[in-house]
Amino acid sequence: MSDTQAVRLAVRKTYKLYIGGAFPRSESGRSYVVTSSKGDFLANASKASRKDARDAVSAARKAFAGWSGATAYNRGQILYRIAEMLEGRRAQFVAELTEAGTRKAKDAGGIVDAAIDRLVWYAGWSDKIAAVAGAANPVAGPYLNISSPEPTGVVAVIAPDEPLLGLVSVIAPVIVTGNTCVVVASERAPLPSITLAEVLATSDLPGGVVNVLTGSVKEIAPWLAAHMDVNAIDLTGVAEEDLAIACEQAAAENLKRVLRPSAPDWSADPGTKRMTAFLETKTVWHPTGI
Amino acid sequence: MFEYAPAPESRDVVDIKPSYGLFIDGEFVDGTGAPFKTINPATEEALAEVAAASQADVDRAVQAARKAFGVWSAMPGSERAKYLFRIARIIQERSRELAVLETLDNGKPIREARDVDLPLVAAHFFYYAGWADKLGYAGYGPDPKPLGVAGQVIPWNFPLLMLAWKIAPALACGNTVVLKPAETTPLTALLFAEICRQADLPPGVVNIVTGAGETGAAVVNHPDVNKVAFTGSTEVGRLIARSVAGSGKKVTLELGGKAANIVFDDAAIDQAVEGIVDGIFFNQGHVCCAGSRLLVQESIAEELLESLKRRLARLRLGDPMDKNTDIGAINSAEQLARVRELSDIGEAEGAERWSPACTLPERGFWFPPTVFTGVAQSHRIARDEVFGPVLAMLTFRTPAEAVEKANNTPYGLSAGVWTEKGSRILWMADRLRAGVVWANTFNKFDPTSPFGGYKESGYGREGGRHGLEAYLDV
Repeated sequence: MSDTQAVRLAVRKTYKLYIGGAFPRSESGRSYVVTSSKGDFLANASKASRKDARDAVSAARKAFAGWSGATAYNRGQILYRIAEMLEGRRAQFVAELTEAGTRKAKDAGGIVDAAIDRLVWYAGWSDKIAAVAGAANPVAGPYLNISSPEPTGVVAVIAPDEPLLGLVSVIAPVIVTGNTCVVVASERAPLPSITLAEVLATSDLPGGVVNVLTGSVKEIAPWLAAHMDVNAIDLTGVAEEDLAIACEQAAAENLKRVLRPSAPDWSADPGTKRMTAFLETKTVWHPTGI
Repeated sequence: MFEYAPAPESRDVVDIKPSYGLFIDGEFVDGTGAPFKTINPATEEALAEVAAASQADVDRAVQAARKAFGVWSAMPGSERAKYLFRIARIIQERSRELAVLETLDNGKPIREARDVDLPLVAAHFFYYAGWADKLGYAGYGPDPKPLGVAGQVIPWNFPLLMLAWKIAPALACGNTVVLKPAETTPLTALLFAEICRQADLPPGVVNIVTGAGETGAAVVNHPDVNKVAFTGSTEVGRLIARSVAGSGKKVTLELGGKAANIVFDDAAIDQAVEGIVDGIFFNQGHVCCAGSRLLVQESIAEELLESLKRRLARLRLGDPMDKNTDIGAINSAEQLARVRELSDIGEAEGAERWSPACTLPERGFWFPPTVFTGVAQSHRIARDEVFGPVLAMLTFRTPAEAVEKANNTPYGLSAGVWTEKGSRILWMADRLRAGVVWANTFNKFDPTSPFGGYKESGYGREGGRHGLEAYLDV
């Protein structure tokens, strides 16, 4: 026996995908090296394939009926629960953001706080958006006529290179109204998205409501844009103009709703646009009479 | 069955000119494309020669609209409102003339043009007129801005109504427009241009460019157009979505449909039959939201089919100008060919075809009301939009099966539900993936009521407060 105590070797985390509530590796068996902004090795992240994207869409579709059919109150509570879980892991996210070098330690705390607060903000919208986006229409005849917002369906989200606040800011408005989504994480800084998936997995959010893919945006985004069972696509994280146009063109095939905002400011008041972009309006008529 | 004495509407109320130019910058001007003839589909008689707008003509129209945008968008909303109220009033004053012209050019029964199209057209202008000075209260911020020049392309099934749906909200929000009416039905849009002149609308605020698909493409793809609004087929909608990709233009598309009209065993059968007839035979079935798939609960299928056949035997098909006519002419030879083709395919695929005994006029484009039974979901008549007086009947046993079948389509424009049970209506309405759900009624429209589809039926809404968003920079 030696007298000197050995330095304990840390147990590292394997970063995998998040599909249907489970954490599988890419079916392709591929991974890619993620480094900090200084170039230090951080981890091997899974490099999702077309098949992974399709599996994620299937999982999102499967989850849609249950999630869109849940009460708005219930969805709001679950979003709030995500905020609670994120708060509990605040130190972990601060460390991850700092380690990745995307934020200095003194700024990272503020980013995590803002992400938590954004979730709380959106949580409150679940049972209010219908009052703001809906209407009772005074038609010229003996009819009751009501318009209500409904979720569009499965939304593909290409997340921005703002690993936590940006990520939360694109996921929350999509799911709070009852959509389910497939998120392609920031390619450069994907690790916080998988840690966020761990938060989602422990927040009573049904499996499949949010699915997270890591890998090449250029490789996966066009498949999602062309997927016939995806109803809408958020191209926020597509920086390359040609790729964005190719995705918009592919999205035309089944008339996906496309959101392509210019240079969002994640610290600004988000407004309702990110929610309404993925809402349909359903109008129901019924005669009145005795 | 009673024999009705003919009750023809007089065509003398409208003065059709031998030829029409384009309406650009407040003036009627010649087009540089090859002019074309527009015909009366009920008689195949040529009504007038119409100018075709070339790329250069469209460019002039867009320039005129751009110039007018400065004046129009800067004008107080209350003043824009008064122009729109003025237009609404002139439409009412000239509604008989417009209705007759619509029927002559389109083939729809005068009863429908007079009692449905024209009242809705005037109402739409009245409705949006009132929004012009209240936009800050619409929920899009305190001072929402217009987009600029709107390029609008409309179909032939409701020529003037679709014009109203496009132009009224665009102008109320402060945009100017270049509108292309359908090639087969340009005349009421050109009469509308004259109405704009009577209303002293500033030149260039409304520009009408006639022509075929190429003209439409020139409007949609023009680099100085900020907003594209299209109503028409899903096929063309896809092309437009693809061609404007990356341009940053705001787009609204109101496309095809294959609506399910669902009848439960407790429905009031006679009312349901009226609703089914109205759902698919209104406007010869040239309606994107037509109830073209009838889903009947199995236990009442036979009884309902008998009632339906009895009712269809009493529809009057013929001269659209006769005030007794229920079913007018198919809008064009091309459309007739498509309706025939899909109906023949329906038979070839094994569905049973039925039409009431009905004599079709010798000249013009006609198709009898037709019902297919024994239809499977895989049949093309159950999947493709026929856009004609052709109904495909399927059956179901449980509400869940009805929902499953109703939603089994890439479209999602409208749906109908017939049942006396309130909770079931709401349960169904929740689950039907369609932009409009008519319960115990069908094919009702109103300017205050948002209209538009889910999925491949397009995006954006027309009508109501929601219809403003399409024309505001929000």
